[in-house]
Amino acid sequence: MKYKDYYGVMGVDRKASAEEIKNAYRKLARKYHPDVSKEPGAEEKFKEVGEAYETLKDPDKRAAYDRLGSHQPGQDFRPPPGWEKQFGGGQFSFDDLDLGDLFSQFSRGRRRAGPGGGKIRVPGEDYEVTAHISLEDAYRGTEVDLELEVPEHDEQGFPHRVRRAFKARIPKGATDGQRLRLPGKGGKGLNGGRDGDLYLNIALHPHRLFRASGHDLYLDLPLAPWEAVLGTSVQVPTLAGTVSLKVPPGTHAGQRLRLASRGLPKPHAGEGDLFAIVQIAVPTAASGRERALFKELAEASTFNPRGHFEREAAK
Amino acid sequence: MKIEQATWLHEHYEFSLAELCELSGLSETELRELVDYGVLAPIEPDARDWSFRADRLVVARSARRLRKDFDLDPHGVALVVTLLERVRDLETELRDLRAKLPRRQQPS
Repeated sequence: MKYKDYYGVMGVDRKASAEEIKNAYRKLARKYHPDVSKEPGAEEKFKEVGEAYETLKDPDKRAAYDRLGSHQPGQDFRPPPGWEKQFGGGQFSFDDLDLGDLFSQFSRGRRRAGPGGGKIRVPGEDYEVTAHISLEDAYRGTEVDLELEVPEHDEQGFPHRVRRAFKARIPKGATDGQRLRLPGKGGKGLNGGRDGDLYLNIALHPHRLFRASGHDLYLDLPLAPWEAVLGTSVQVPTLAGTVSLKVPPGTHAGQRLRLASRGLPKPHAGEGDLFAIVQIAVPTAASGRERALFKELAEASTFNPRGHFEREAAK
Repeated sequence: MKIEQATWLHEHYEFSLAELCELSGLSETELRELVDYGVLAPIEPDARDWSFRADRLVVARSARRLRKDFDLDPHGVALVVTLLERVRDLETELRDLRAKLPRRQQPS
């Protein structure tokens, strides 16, 4: 069995009082709780903290933990002889046991009145996993490979970590932050309790061209000044291939041109829209002929884009 | 390898009160308290048997975790969940606004 340094995880002394341990837990929970934290790796960190606290807050569990002595975290060790008696007796091997799983069994072991007696139904644990998928995958629907390590109980009721791998189908229509549920794919229930569920949190990879907002997509559409003034027809990319878009004469920067139903499909019915946001791009290196034509245009034009500045100043 | 089908947790699916209890790990009393505090709203509050939009499961599970992990009373849970919902709404709005902003002014 691998040693876990619960005092180290909580950042407290081995002689810390129950109050000090509680305060340390509260501080760490506020920092790392997955529901309130934005810290990277918060979920993993909170699992460690929660596991350490579950053991250290219970005087009996803490005493049992203290009897294991002090080792390096991750170091293989053997508990002192007879130590396992507090887990309801019985012979078992420590080799592939997880210390946290074992302590979560602690009170259950104490309650157990011999084989088959006094067993309570315990539902399996739920798990949450974030699936990072591309926009193209969200558009078409996709399959993701998932791997979980869940405790499964042997005949004596002792938990062993089992690696489970499976594929899950994500139907088309996912957006960023959406949740899916895989019933029964979490931890196994105990004594007839229901199996836990696996929750998938969808996170979209940033795309080179499109930005998603719900089921709508946004695309930057650069236009040359003359295209914006005279109007044109341009080829624009969509997730279903290139389509032709009519740009009306007098189109200005920032204007949104809507391509209806070219966004992400919605899970129930319909699709979002694709919006092309117009940008006016200017040639960085204009040729002599181009410059001459622009000069001619500047002289001929009466267009004043800052007329409102002057009107404001005259007030 | 068998392919598992995932189901959406969004507004087009519904859970009964009993299902929401089972899946969130909250007792019926606790769920009814969350409804009383305005944290969770059934689809039809006047109906005899309540049902909830499936995405409410995310809120109910979060409430269960917060209660357990922070040792909160129902008022505390209601306050934190309400604030978290507001943060989530603001994050969605921020993401929407960012999507609408041009990424670059001049293509290279």
